[in-house]
Amino acid sequence: MGFVKGLKCRECGREYSVDPIYVCEFCFGPLEVAYDYNGIKGVLTREKILSRPQNLWRYRELLPIDGEPTSGLHSGFTPLVRADKLGSYLGMKRLYIKDDTVTHPTLSFKDRVVAVALSKAREFGFNTVACASTGNLAHSVSAHGAAGGFKRFIFIPATLEKSKIIASLVYGPNLIAVDGNYDDVNRLCSEVANKYKWAFVNINIRPFYAEGSKTHGYEIVEQLGWRSPDAVVVPCASGSLLTKIWKSFKEMKEVGLIHDVNTKVFAAQATGCSPISAAIKAGVDVIKPVKPNTIAKSLAIGNPADGYYATQVVKESGGHGADVPDKEIIEAIKLLARTEGIFGETAGGVTLASAIRLIESGHIDRDALTVLCITGNGLKTKEAVVGHTGEPYHINPNLKSFEEALEKINSK
Amino acid sequence: MPVTVKIPVPLQRLTQGKEEVEGEPGTIISLINSLDQKYPGFAERISEGGKLRRFVNIYVNEEDVRFKKNEETEVRDGDEVSIVPAIAGGI
Repeated sequence: MGFVKGLKCRECGREYSVDPIYVCEFCFGPLEVAYDYNGIKGVLTREKILSRPQNLWRYRELLPIDGEPTSGLHSGFTPLVRADKLGSYLGMKRLYIKDDTVTHPTLSFKDRVVAVALSKAREFGFNTVACASTGNLAHSVSAHGAAGGFKRFIFIPATLEKSKIIASLVYGPNLIAVDGNYDDVNRLCSEVANKYKWAFVNINIRPFYAEGSKTHGYEIVEQLGWRSPDAVVVPCASGSLLTKIWKSFKEMKEVGLIHDVNTKVFAAQATGCSPISAAIKAGVDVIKPVKPNTIAKSLAIGNPADGYYATQVVKESGGHGADVPDKEIIEAIKLLARTEGIFGETAGGVTLASAIRLIESGHIDRDALTVLCITGNGLKTKEAVVGHTGEPYHINPNLKSFEEALEKINSK
Repeated sequence: MPVTVKIPVPLQRLTQGKEEVEGEPGTIISLINSLDQKYPGFAERISEGGKLRRFVNIYVNEEDVRFKKNEETEVRDGDEVSIVPAIAGGI
């Protein structure tokens, strides 16, 4: 029932059969899943999508599995929130939040990619799954892997926020905390993956895993009433999500679900780790790796694998890039929470703060139908806002004490 | 002591399945070119016109050569060089 033709090198176009491989043997370019779009056209209709359960598998013809999905059966289909209060604060008439802070089961968009990766890992016959992670992926592989009965090896930088470490350990994986940053962890994992025949979701399963990100984009289009937005602001670590959202819009056009795509794609980064936005702003294609230094740990990838492609998407779509200091990230987290009641993680603060800069600089038109991609839940990175929120009013358990506090509140 | 070069899976077909090979000190690019003599095709896989390909990461003693002098980075006796394809992850 699958519509996958095979794997294809993004650089030189060489074709490969469907296997747990990720790099072109000839030029080291990344491999990507190729589909039979003509076959999908007419089979995957709006009516068929609408008739299916509200999870990411409603777009299964555009996802790289052969049989029935076995992981993430409740993941995806998160709310697209019309953000009128935030919009009016920013002078935007049509502003939306794609709210992946409530993705089932681990509260970040990583549940989308892991749903696809583990379904595929099972088809390949693996019984051990692994990943290198900045936190969210660790949670998702730990949780989906537990539900699927996989053995799990999770590699993280030892400096990760404590709450993120606990939120992996609770699912009972083998958690390996590496003394080093994410790029060090990744380098180690590629050596581990060479030696042990496991399904490393972001290494040898990467071509399949990355396709799960497209569902974030498909849902935006469906939830907007079958149209792509005028502008979309996407947080970038490796740059993968940004390229896949663009791919999702183009695929929906390709298979006849929408008529055209006039979306400008904007990249959002933290200034302390901004190799992609730096390249975009300088107008160059070469990504210069950096050593990350930002509170946005889920974006702290100094050597972004898809950075080059992200710059190409931004250029092709007529978008731009922005990066923001930690102080603005924290203010934006609070602004989103205060105006829309959504508590995003640090990456969410990066997205909103970058959007604000792009609106103020005129790169995003105030009339444009704009979607901000909020990819993870703030409860995972509470440390980031500690000391930056208000304080509770401490009172004694009697009415007099309460009314004294009330007086202080009312006089503010 | 020679330079130790760690070979990733996609290149192991060229090195007859060896995960580690030995090379001569010099620069990264001279190392790659000398390995090409022994393992024909090695250089064109990871470099083009004397420059490293976009999706190839090379580390000398765990430090990315792009933080040093790229393909002109010096390698000495006893150094360990890792060749690693770019890896996805994060957002």
